[in-house]
Amino acid sequence: MAMAEEPQRGEPILRLRGVSKQFGAVSALTDIALDVHAGEVVALVGDNGAGKSTLVKVLAGVHQPTGGTIEFMGAPVSLDSPGEALELGIATVFQDLALCENLDVVANLFLGHEISPWSLDEVQMEVRAWTLLKELAARIPSVREPIASLSGGQRQTVAIARSLLLDPKIIMLDEPTAALGVAQTAEVLNLIERVRDRGHGVILISHNMEDVRAVADRIVVLRLGRNNGVFTAETSNEELVAAITGASENSVSRRRARKLEEMDT
Amino acid sequence: MTDHKSAPALDRSDSRVRHDEGIAGAIRGFIDRVRSGDIGMLPVVVGLVLITTVFSAINPVFLAPNNLVNLLFDAAAVGCISLGIVCVLLLGQIDLSVGSMSGLASAITGVLWMKAGLPLPMAILAALGAGALMGLVYGMLLNRFGMPSFVSTLSGLLALLGLQLYILGPTGSINLPYASPLVRFGQILVMPAWLSLLLALVPGALMIWLDLRNMRRRAAANLSSPSLSVVLAKAGFLTVALIVAVQYLNQGRGIPWMFGLFVALVVAMNYALTRTKWGRSMFAVGGNSEAARRSGINVNRIRLSAFMLCSTLAALGGVLSAARLASSSQQAGAGDVNLNAIAAAVIGGTSLFGGRGSAWSALLGILVIQAISNGLTLLNLSSSLRYMITGGVLAIAVIVDSLARQSRASHGRA
Repeated sequence: MAMAEEPQRGEPILRLRGVSKQFGAVSALTDIALDVHAGEVVALVGDNGAGKSTLVKVLAGVHQPTGGTIEFMGAPVSLDSPGEALELGIATVFQDLALCENLDVVANLFLGHEISPWSLDEVQMEVRAWTLLKELAARIPSVREPIASLSGGQRQTVAIARSLLLDPKIIMLDEPTAALGVAQTAEVLNLIERVRDRGHGVILISHNMEDVRAVADRIVVLRLGRNNGVFTAETSNEELVAAITGASENSVSRRRARKLEEMDT
Repeated sequence: MTDHKSAPALDRSDSRVRHDEGIAGAIRGFIDRVRSGDIGMLPVVVGLVLITTVFSAINPVFLAPNNLVNLLFDAAAVGCISLGIVCVLLLGQIDLSVGSMSGLASAITGVLWMKAGLPLPMAILAALGAGALMGLVYGMLLNRFGMPSFVSTLSGLLALLGLQLYILGPTGSINLPYASPLVRFGQILVMPAWLSLLLALVPGALMIWLDLRNMRRRAAANLSSPSLSVVLAKAGFLTVALIVAVQYLNQGRGIPWMFGLFVALVVAMNYALTRTKWGRSMFAVGGNSEAARRSGINVNRIRLSAFMLCSTLAALGGVLSAARLASSSQQAGAGDVNLNAIAAAVIGGTSLFGGRGSAWSALLGILVIQAISNGLTLLNLSSSLRYMITGGVLAIAVIVDSLARQSRASHGRA
């Protein structure tokens, strides 16, 4: 990846128009539009089954869209395999992390992109691994232990570190804080800001509205596989919840109203 | 590590981790690994010692140098097949047709060489080519149709056996001339004593050289490195053990070239599996194929390569067994060849569940299997008893594998 291609801040990196994905009779995504600019955190929120993870998998090259166009750095692209997405500079931290438990941390970080393929350079890879993990303030006791011996939070960190290894232009995080403790969550949010400040685009998927508000520049709401509005961190919680659930009259608002009533009486 | 108070090595800055230093530390680390279920090749070593003790107590001929030389001659052919099995087991797949494949390869060699009059190298190449082609078919069936290798190779077992019988024709057996280089290679040719002794020094020397280079590079990169004493102790122990073994065998006929070829293949495979991107991808696909795919690894190509390697090595094993028996017959590759090859890989420590194993397991495993078979033959036991005992040993090996796997899971190292 040549440095000359580094996008300028605010320049659009990724542009989706009319993207749809069908699994048999089910339309998981319909007519999705999404823009991500350099140096911007876009949060993708929505209820269960809204199509967030499907969209991430389409962008990661895991699923192929059934329709629509994807433009990357101004040129239309087709993401036919995960390898192609990685080559372009789209890195993904999947919800299930996609780590190989039988391999150690170094092997997982460099999986598919080993240094000197015919005679692996373990020393250089180990040094890179430690440097990268230090940058993320990760607490990994040893990079020569198999992933199976790490805790959920440590695995999450390894997965994030791996996505940064290839210096991607855009990084997608699917529920990165779900398995994390308080300190690690803050660390991941710091990390997201650091990545943004380096001029990368970030797509963040989270159910945690607090996390989303803390770092997102724009909040894109999906509902039942369709776009349902774009908001900012200043948008009120009611408005967001209404967009996510599809009505201002929803279980969240009813619950709040009931609580208010209980407090009044 | 040095004494001066500079920054700690990159991999030694976490205070929670105990770092084992020196020889005592290496031994302690080894015991810890074994206790957590990371037993590696320990069962094989224990098994070999046990087998040797029992058989040599019953019949001292078992330990006679010439009997061991015979054992090595016998081990090479099935060992090659087992080496291929290691490849597919690493992916969590299986090839049940390796026995038939080796039989077919032996038939192709015999028919093309003796009946069609082709030069020997061409006949061998054709047999190996048939192996590669068959592996390609298995790989495609898995990649295109998602056909489990268990089923595709089971049908391959029958189909290949049929093809073997077909090309051998009604006579059913072709004798290979004893004076030919192939049969001499399989029955007579041994290394000169000086060469085998020289080769026995190589692994230790290589070990010291590689480890010293590695230590220098790690120190330059501010990483900790294993202490010199451990390296020297390991290399010294290995060299002494090899020299004693080679000297002992040289009192008999010496080390068979055929066994040398097998060991060379194991070493090459070990390098490919541990030091190349291809090997890393093999382990990744075996551990979590979806994760491997998402890392940009071409999983289909890795599968193809594993099945092709397996079938080609099975074909090579067939050619070697034709050389050993000086014939290509309907019985080649039949009987317990399949089971022995798979059992050897598993006994040697390659997991049936994928993602865990090593090329050395083929070598160690086949020594165990061949020692059992050789010992039982010396006791004049019929093949019925031999089958039952080998079957029992395989069952024990799989139980050990499963228990070790459970133990690893409970120690968080699955």
